[in-house]
Amino acid sequence: MKLHPVKLLFLQLLVAVVALAIWQVGATVPIGGKYLLPEFFFSKPGDVLTRVYTLFATGVIWKHLWITLTETVLAFLIGSIAGVVFGFWFARQPNVAAVFDPYVKMFNALPRVVLAPIFMLWLGLGIWSKVALGVTLVFFIVFFNVYQGVKEVSPVVLANARMMGMNERQLFRNVYWPSALSWMFSSLHTAVGFALVGAVVGEYLGSSAGLGYLIHQAEGVFDVTGVFAGMVILAAFVLVIDWGVTRIERRLLVWRPQSASGQN
Amino acid sequence: MEAALRRPVVQEAASDAAPMAVALDDVSISFAMKGQPVYKAVAPTSLHVREGEFVAIVGPTGCGKSTLLNATAGLLAPASGTVTVFGAPLNGLNAQAGYLFQQDALMPWKTALDNIAIALEIGGTRRADALVEAQEWLKKVGLGRFGDRYPHQLSGGQRKRVGLAQVLVRHPKILLMDEPFGPLDAQTRQIMGTLLLRLWAQDRKAVLFVTHDLEEAIALSDRVVIMSAGPEARIIGDFPIDLARPRDTADIRLDPRFHELHRQIWNQLKAEVAKTYGEDLAS
Repeated sequence: MKLHPVKLLFLQLLVAVVALAIWQVGATVPIGGKYLLPEFFFSKPGDVLTRVYTLFATGVIWKHLWITLTETVLAFLIGSIAGVVFGFWFARQPNVAAVFDPYVKMFNALPRVVLAPIFMLWLGLGIWSKVALGVTLVFFIVFFNVYQGVKEVSPVVLANARMMGMNERQLFRNVYWPSALSWMFSSLHTAVGFALVGAVVGEYLGSSAGLGYLIHQAEGVFDVTGVFAGMVILAAFVLVIDWGVTRIERRLLVWRPQSASGQN
Repeated sequence: MEAALRRPVVQEAASDAAPMAVALDDVSISFAMKGQPVYKAVAPTSLHVREGEFVAIVGPTGCGKSTLLNATAGLLAPASGTVTVFGAPLNGLNAQAGYLFQQDALMPWKTALDNIAIALEIGGTRRADALVEAQEWLKKVGLGRFGDRYPHQLSGGQRKRVGLAQVLVRHPKILLMDEPFGPLDAQTRQIMGTLLLRLWAQDRKAVLFVTHDLEEAIALSDRVVIMSAGPEARIIGDFPIDLARPRDTADIRLDPRFHELHRQIWNQLKAEVAKTYGEDLAS
């Protein structure tokens, strides 16, 4: 049975309230002379919220958010464009795909975090080493999706388009391209998510600005409140980006049946 | 009876003098499958379709009817024999032909209107003109208000109508149809059949219509060609259908002449159907 929306919202809020209450009680009320969640390791919900407020009120956070957003967007754009181009190329040229296949698999199997120090060495501590890390993550998602999209164009739709008299260029524009694009968009959430992971992990490992940097700094001085505040802001940031992506996706994939787009 | 009165008014749809639209001469089709001997789908077969003639190919499932159609479309190269289109040997895709597929062939990312308009646009028609003409065709197939729908928002019958408009908007001289109404329910099939006949009557293209439904074949066509069960399928019967036109595909089934033809052709087809399923039924 489906929950009434108001009831659903109430229950969702209830989860947050209970969790925060347990946290608060665990950190402030001693049980048998001991704190369940010592403040030094877990901070307090009130402190974390105050810190979040301070970060926004003083305006310190905007610079970091802006840096992380810039890195995310750049990683997403560069990774996507490269993924589309190579995905297309490989799908239309099976021989090229066959030659590069083991290397693509090898590179994709590599945990990308190990590349971060190398990118830092090559590109410095600025935003580009983070962008590069994000690109290596985004590229493969988009690449595999576009490759699949071009490969799995319905043979009937293709035959129909050919019978209509389409030449290669027109087939590309009207059949292959929309098909590949729809596969790419269906991986949009994952791709954007990975772009952000690349940015934050990169910042965490070495940088002078960004949300990852903020969290890392706080950790360095055992400022647990700061770490949690950074995490709260990061989570909210992801939600906002995800909401934006959903809006874009709805716009671009109107032609898709609801059930199909819901699966991805 | 009215039907009896109608019979003498038979119109010879395509006279013997009409030039040949499609000529398949000794065409055979084989498939090479990995690790298996070559599968001979169609034995050397000849089939001629005159301009303005509506020919239906009927046969049991899997007999290679569609294969023969694909060879005519140029989607498939015959193993032997020649395909001639309006006197010229077919080389590559058949540019004179429009093909209505059994499965959904509309581009799912284009609206109904755009799906029809694109057929003109790729031929060099300006987009504005193409849209106007596409809208006219949507009206002709009874979907004037559905232009902005995407294929998934249309019913199976509506998608077929859009598909029909998409093919006809280019005014192909030959119409190839591969069980186009197969997936539809009986009611919709008859409505589609009548619609097809009405549109066809306007400029009488040569039609090659593949179906496994004998009644549908008789109701629609000028000639019914029967194919045997595969492998090595071949044509085993060729019956002229002298029912008067214009026809309503639902009403025509009540005509006594329709029943006579049906019985006559079925007797021949029955043996072939039995051959296809015989082994399964015997065991």
